[in-house]
Amino acid sequence: MNKLILGRYLPGDSLLYRLDPRGKFLITFYFIGIVFLANNVASYGFLLLFVLFAVYLSKINLGFFLRGLRPMFWLILFTVVLQMFFTPSQHPLWSFGILTLSKEGLVISAYIFVRFVLIIFVSTLLTLTTTPIEISDSIESILKPLKAIKFPVTQVALMLSIALRFVPLLIDETTKIMDAQRARGVDFGEGGLIKRIKSFVPILIPLFVSSFSIAYDLAIAMESRGYKDGEGRSKYRVLSWSTRDTVAAIVMLLITVILLFIRSY
Amino acid sequence: MEIIFKHVTHAYEANNPLAALGLDDVSVDIKDKKFTAIIGKTGSGKSTLVRHINALLKPTSGTIMVGDREINAETNNKNLKSLRKNVGMVFQFPESQLFEDTVEKDIMFGPMNFGVSEEDAKTAAHDMIKLVGLDEKYLSKSPFDLSGGQMRRVAIAGVLATHPETIILDEPTAGLDPVGRKEIMDLFKNLQTEGRTIILITHNMDDVANYADEVVVMHDGKKIAEGTPMEVFNNQKLLTDDMLTLPQSAIFAQKLSQKYFNFDQLPITISDLSTEIKRQINGD
Repeated sequence: MNKLILGRYLPGDSLLYRLDPRGKFLITFYFIGIVFLANNVASYGFLLLFVLFAVYLSKINLGFFLRGLRPMFWLILFTVVLQMFFTPSQHPLWSFGILTLSKEGLVISAYIFVRFVLIIFVSTLLTLTTTPIEISDSIESILKPLKAIKFPVTQVALMLSIALRFVPLLIDETTKIMDAQRARGVDFGEGGLIKRIKSFVPILIPLFVSSFSIAYDLAIAMESRGYKDGEGRSKYRVLSWSTRDTVAAIVMLLITVILLFIRSY
Repeated sequence: MEIIFKHVTHAYEANNPLAALGLDDVSVDIKDKKFTAIIGKTGSGKSTLVRHINALLKPTSGTIMVGDREINAETNNKNLKSLRKNVGMVFQFPESQLFEDTVEKDIMFGPMNFGVSEEDAKTAAHDMIKLVGLDEKYLSKSPFDLSGGQMRRVAIAGVLATHPETIILDEPTAGLDPVGRKEIMDLFKNLQTEGRTIILITHNMDDVANYADEVVVMHDGKKIAEGTPMEVFNNQKLLTDDMLTLPQSAIFAQKLSQKYFNFDQLPITISDLSTEIKRQINGD
């Protein structure tokens, strides 16, 4: 349960922690976009170096990022193998029926692999250094212009932060209920498929019941403290854009220029 | 069953910067057929300690002997059923474990998992619902239609239905009304006098004074004291270090000793207190 690294915050302090979450959020998505601009060994190598440098700046152990790859392992393997054997080529090194292995195929699958690593590392970097609440605040701030077309930005942001708040709560609750049912003799992950699926009923039902009751309690607690959504709510956490955020944005622009240069070189 | 902890250490998230010691070199001997209370502040490792007894958690180092069964870092998750059948565990707010559509089925769930026949499980359900002080008519109801206190009793019945030799209670009476909590505590005390081993985690010092034979005091993942309730509540060092609070009777005795009265050892239950006051009044 607690081995999920993807989407998890790790308390710490470094330059990347202090960057404005809005900037970090946008930069992450921008970076994922420009990953697709890379088209040769030099450009992929350049991006990889940049990401490793960012990891170094975050002062977080590289192990965390490698563990972030683990849940995606099968997806990566599947995509890479697919590319490796199904890339059409004039000069196959080996072929069997519809399967062909060629130099081009190997190169493309290596690119795809690096692309996965880049994207997962960067998004792990964002979530490890940014609290979920900062992420939802920055989404609210970024979506603000949509207010003009009557999009309920504050409600969406509230829903998002409540949903995020529920994740650790539900994980705790699940662990608790699993322990209780284990103590009553349930063996999770033993027996045939049907038996395994059945063993989740004693978790899911209590989990539903308790999340409904937590949601009720939360709604009552919010109302009793006078929560009313709408215009003019002030913010407890104020986001502030500083020079280093501008610098980070400029660095990203430079990277794009260098990338475009390497790409056409 | 006697339960012996030998130098047990448990680290949460062992290979990670968030690692925290849940238990730090704890050695403790929980005696067979006794009522042992485990006390300590929130986060002191009480729950972590008892979760080792039925291998819900495994030690990072050290061993636990439960009867003649050994649990250590290498214990695997297979074949734990016989252990868990013998060690029943009532968690905090156990009503959150209810899930079946009738109370009867929910109580039968534990025994059936441990391979008891349906008939025997049914008999157990009928016996247990009466034992926890509810009418048999509740057996056909949905557990979700019951009040909080009734749900708690059904959940406790569900744990007792496997007839465990050792019963672990993690604050079983939190949030119950005073009458309800006395009934439940008396029930566990009766089970102990009938020959079960009871381990109770609690913040209620009066329960410790009234029911426990032995007390273990935990602080920051370490065991800092153990002994009879009388010894522990008269341990001046623990009191001055603010490691525990006293039962009501002892607080009353402390106040009395500021005027006219003199106690060699603080009485911890109401009956001890009243006998002692009577003795001193008649004696003086």
